[in-house]
Amino acid sequence: MALRRALARVSGAQSSGRALAAAGARALSSEAAVEVPRLGQVDAIPSGPATRMNLFTAINQGMRAAMQTDDDCILFGEDVAFGGVFRCSMGLREEFGGERVFNTPLCEQGIAGFAIGYAATGRSCIAELQFADYIFPAFDQIVNEAAKFRYRSGGQFDCGGVTFRSPCGAVGHGGLYHSQSPEAYFAHTPGLKVVMPRSPAQAKGLLLSCIRDPNPCLFFEPKALYRASVEDVPDADYEIPIGKAEVVTAGDDVTLVAWGAQVHVMEKAAAMARDKLGVSCEVIDLRSILPWDAETVAASVNKTGRVVIAHEAPKTGGFAAEVASEIQERCFLRLEAPIQRVTGYDTPFPLAFERHYVPDALKVFEAVKAATSF
Amino acid sequence: MSSESAEFELAVPLEYHNVEGPAATSATATKEELLDVHAMMHRIRRMEISCDNEYKDKNIRGFCHLYDGQEAVAMGMRAAMTSRDNIIGTYRCHALQLMRGDTVSRIVGELFGRAGGSSAGKGGSMHFYSKQNRFWGGAGIVGAQVPVGAGIAFADRFNAIAEGASRDGPFPITVAMFGDGAANQGQIWEAANMSKLWHLPCIFFCENNQYGMGTSVERHSSNPRYFTQGGEAIPGIRINGMDYLSVREGMKWAKSYVERGQPLFVEVVTYRYHGHSMSDPGITYRGKDEVKQMRETKDCIKLVSKRIVDSGWASEKELKDREKAIKAEVAKEVELARAMPLPDAEELYTHVLHNETPKFIRGIDIGSSRVA
Repeated sequence: MALRRALARVSGAQSSGRALAAAGARALSSEAAVEVPRLGQVDAIPSGPATRMNLFTAINQGMRAAMQTDDDCILFGEDVAFGGVFRCSMGLREEFGGERVFNTPLCEQGIAGFAIGYAATGRSCIAELQFADYIFPAFDQIVNEAAKFRYRSGGQFDCGGVTFRSPCGAVGHGGLYHSQSPEAYFAHTPGLKVVMPRSPAQAKGLLLSCIRDPNPCLFFEPKALYRASVEDVPDADYEIPIGKAEVVTAGDDVTLVAWGAQVHVMEKAAAMARDKLGVSCEVIDLRSILPWDAETVAASVNKTGRVVIAHEAPKTGGFAAEVASEIQERCFLRLEAPIQRVTGYDTPFPLAFERHYVPDALKVFEAVKAATSF
Repeated sequence: MSSESAEFELAVPLEYHNVEGPAATSATATKEELLDVHAMMHRIRRMEISCDNEYKDKNIRGFCHLYDGQEAVAMGMRAAMTSRDNIIGTYRCHALQLMRGDTVSRIVGELFGRAGGSSAGKGGSMHFYSKQNRFWGGAGIVGAQVPVGAGIAFADRFNAIAEGASRDGPFPITVAMFGDGAANQGQIWEAANMSKLWHLPCIFFCENNQYGMGTSVERHSSNPRYFTQGGEAIPGIRINGMDYLSVREGMKWAKSYVERGQPLFVEVVTYRYHGHSMSDPGITYRGKDEVKQMRETKDCIKLVSKRIVDSGWASEKELKDREKAIKAEVAKEVELARAMPLPDAEELYTHVLHNETPKFIRGIDIGSSRVA
């Protein structure tokens, strides 16, 4: 046990060190129930044995893999010991014990500060903030403490082992305080990484990257997809690199950029554009918005000359504005039409008007038409 | 040998809330200890006065919070703790860094923004750290360091138990410091509540210097008895922060209580001679007479000096000579700091993330631009 802990600690977050820790963990741990191959960072979802599951189960698998390979990794948040409000941590307390998986009081600022302190000792932790709407009491801790610990100490201290998980986005009936998408606030903060997956297999690999990344990470989970998004998820332990977008559907005429649940809206709109307009859309999932993969987007826009960006958050100051700005810097002479943004309105997230508010395939389709007929 | 050690009366006894501890109306100290404390306190004070002068000469810019007046607090903590114990402090942290083993030149170098400063010139007045001596820094945001301290305390307890320690400790302790101005921040109680629930070896340490910036405790706190902040749940102790021996005795007891996995509120009642920061002359919300009276009747260095002289361990002249020598030593250290080079421009971009990608920095002319 001591050696296993020591290995995990010494390895820090270096990839090779982690592989060593994993090897050590396997060699020393007889209680590990299933031998899972560790693949490290992969460009594509790995082949091999896979299990069909939904998003919350994939997140559960990711956390389990992280905790199996690092005895110092702990998980806490409001009601997580009982499985969490969205069931993401089901069974983890039973498997790893109450010392490593426990409930916190309802105090997000305290939870975040506590997580930062734990991670500052060189260990990793997963702090669940039950809804992204509740992240604002923790905003100061995340933006002022987590993001700046390394810089202000001249590299002596950091809290890179911390990952904040939080369900975000529209869910059909969430109203003002169970629906927001606050990713853009955090994208404005150097020192953080901000990730949002679109599907179960993506979620597992991206979450493992966040937990093992030597920087503080925010992992926003589109709550509408927890049960709705189902696909084969590799049984292996794999990490999808943060900061690399994925071209989900290749196309020639219009680039559609999104992240999280909006990627599915884009895919639907791309199919409509193909069927009704004969327009070929290239759909890009950014996967992380800090850092974000401007190269992949620019390469696509240089090919298509037209771009639509979608997100659920309000338009003004939303992350689409940043993407649009970067595109016009990089692709100015190649643009054939104004950059289209399809976003939530500049209102609080509405309860009764959610269907009007959230970008859907029809709104994106309209934007594609506007871009192609300019 | 009897002259090498003596017993001293404590003017203000320790006061407890919801817990019984030793009355401690007196404390023993040796000649060697008090001479060392006298020198160290004087070093802190000279360093802070030098900072004041350098600030006025515009060699130190930005925000700067001085510790003079409160020296007994840092020294009493030092006497009660080991380097295995953790301290996470407020922005008023120059003295804590010195107490945790750093040098005057590195500290002043940091205030000058030099590469040889304690945080490589990237932190400034509020951000000192010492990894090997487990000083987790000053924090620029009032109160934000306190829940971070609870997390550090959790890690120590978690680690000790995993390595076979009893669930009742003893564990290394964490002192999460805050001022009276931060005491009514919600996150102080959030952290204290978690610490009680999870049996964390954490001291919630209120350095009550009587003023939250320019507002006196009576005006900013409905309950200025900060050692009772834990209410029914968490006990507390109030210590006279102007007396080194009181802080030492109080903190020794506090450590013995907390290292068993029981959080505690500690209030040290102290006084800062300077204003809150350099932009505050410190005499608009309190009278000059008040500061003068504190200096004359309550000063922590005077108290130690008196005890040394009364015990016959040194004459007043000998102490003055020692003070002069320290003054010269600090002046020399300040010059060392002044000679340190500024950080390279590339440092703008380092330590944002682990393994950063290169970034372009525009120089005054394009030729002096560079990639970090």
